[in-house]
Amino acid sequence: MVDATFDLALDSQARGESLRFALRRLAIYAFLGVFALIYLLPLFVVVANSFRELPEITQNGLIALPHSFSLKAWPQAWAHYCVAGTCEGVKRNFFNSLYMTIPATILSTLIGAMNGYVLSKWRFPGSETLFICIVLGVFMPGQIALLPWAYILGALHLSNSVYGLILVHVIQGLSFTTLFCRNYYVNIPDDLIKAARIDGAGFWRIFFKIILPLSPPILIVTVIWQFTGIWNEFLFGVVFTGGTQQPITAALVALATSQMNAHPYDVASAAVLIGAVPPLLIYLFGGKYFVRGLTQGAIK
Amino acid sequence: MATLTVSRLTKRFGSVEVLKGIDLEAQTGEFIALVGPSGCGKSTLLAIIAGLESASEGEIRIDGRIVNSVAPKDRDIAMVFQSYALYPTMTARQNMTFGMESRGVPKPEQNAAIARVASLLQIEPLLNRKPGQLSGGQRQRVAMGRALVRDPKLFLFDEPLSNLDAKLRVDMRTEIKKLHLRVGKTTIYVTHDQIEAMTLASRIAVMHHGAIQQFDEPQAVYDRPANMFVAGFMGSPSMNFIPGELMKLEGRPAVAIALGRGETATLPLPQAPALCPASGKVVLGVRPEHLFRYDANLKAQKAGLAMVTAPVEVVEPTGAETHAVLKIGEQEIVGRFDPDGAPRLGELLALGIDMGHACLFDPETQALIPRVAA
Repeated sequence: MVDATFDLALDSQARGESLRFALRRLAIYAFLGVFALIYLLPLFVVVANSFRELPEITQNGLIALPHSFSLKAWPQAWAHYCVAGTCEGVKRNFFNSLYMTIPATILSTLIGAMNGYVLSKWRFPGSETLFICIVLGVFMPGQIALLPWAYILGALHLSNSVYGLILVHVIQGLSFTTLFCRNYYVNIPDDLIKAARIDGAGFWRIFFKIILPLSPPILIVTVIWQFTGIWNEFLFGVVFTGGTQQPITAALVALATSQMNAHPYDVASAAVLIGAVPPLLIYLFGGKYFVRGLTQGAIK
Repeated sequence: MATLTVSRLTKRFGSVEVLKGIDLEAQTGEFIALVGPSGCGKSTLLAIIAGLESASEGEIRIDGRIVNSVAPKDRDIAMVFQSYALYPTMTARQNMTFGMESRGVPKPEQNAAIARVASLLQIEPLLNRKPGQLSGGQRQRVAMGRALVRDPKLFLFDEPLSNLDAKLRVDMRTEIKKLHLRVGKTTIYVTHDQIEAMTLASRIAVMHHGAIQQFDEPQAVYDRPANMFVAGFMGSPSMNFIPGELMKLEGRPAVAIALGRGETATLPLPQAPALCPASGKVVLGVRPEHLFRYDANLKAQKAGLAMVTAPVEVVEPTGAETHAVLKIGEQEIVGRFDPDGAPRLGELLALGIDMGHACLFDPETQALIPRVAA
């Protein structure tokens, strides 16, 4: 009896507490929801426009609820629309971007891992200075390098080619990949390297058998970072390539600026979305590893 | 089997001299402990023996061959690290075969070596686990297995037990001792724990400030420490130091110590010191276990027993024995007593000091004053 009344009093107190908790949660979710909506709105506009008929867009305006539905814009954007005289859509540019981004990502990540390995585990006089110099590149705006790159690409006969862009992106990306990998490898205990040296392993065997197997978290981070960075980059693409050699970002710029009569909002929207798919997929599948890799501490 | 000889070894990092002319040798099958407080240079010395650091001067010989410029992998050594340094992505078996693979040992030979070492260390059930799935003690065993499996000339241990909890540490200490008795490898063992050094080593090198203070058998280091540092470092609770003055009592050597309030006690020395510091001042070093509750029977057994009275300040029972802090003059000293008849708090104890085991030090040089040979 005494217990029951005691419980009842506690129950009402607990109920009040849990109600307050629920209200607080609700407020937080509402707040976050509003911001999510604000961030999603542009995406909604682009997605909606890619499925609207062009006359309807010109009539109702770019930002309006869709009143028509059509799939025409997508094949147009992919394979038929004319940009700067060629009527092949953005297909070729899309593949240009893939051919550029995949090798550049792999190469810059591998070289970054090797740099990081040397700068953290095989230090030599001046290695810290060298590291600082490499990392300075992180803060260097890309346009500073435009003229030197133009000269180098010209000298190497790599102007207006995907290979030239690969070279540019590998070198430009090294600062980041080296920084990521070096800071990750610093946390790998030196004793492992010493033990391996006594075990008879040399520079490369230690790298491939001990360091690389420990690296997936940071390699995923650098791959995601490099892939999205290189894919989305357009300054070098616009400056160093033209026409059929352009990556998709540069082609989108051309598409947006080369209007003859009515601006093709539907095709442009579809092309933009095609260009956004790969980085989006990468984030969707790799995002969780990205955060995990960045926050992972020392390996003990 | 193998010997190690280190002579006049010096190591400088910039202008800092961390090792100052080290001389050390290990005979075949010997177990040498390098012991000292942190920063004394013992781990650096081990790293130089392993070839992970280079020596600034001096030479290192393994089996007579100078190895100063030989790479670690070609020195035919194995090392167990404080952190175990097991390769996290490999199983225990892969950890143990890694060294053999690097050297191109054929697979059947590898398997035979693994089988031999795994049964020796009783780690067969652990071979397919990764280090993350092993407990501290198991990692320790695998780390030792990795060192043993190559059958090296020289075994190096760098504080291998300091990451284990107290109970396991004592067990593993015994394991290491058993292992050494069984395989009989020449071993260099770095530790900051004087008990590990005492229990395991055939000889102990006590290091301080980058120099070896004493290199001798454990009992000799304990009984006749070369200087006050060694005396204070080896043994727990550590040796008591009581300032005194050398004098003659009825024509025989004795030490006078101050008891406070102007009183002094004169303690006869059973063995005469071989020399006397110019000032006549000495430091009397007495181990806690050489302090007793004085009585006539004990005096009859121990000829060197001298008596002083000392107030009891603190009593600390540990179960097996009772530690008591006593006051002699301004000096606090610690004694280890049998719990039966241990000093009581506030008691004015009639304290028997076994002068036969006492050491005398020169307060200037801190060095041990030798005794006249009997």
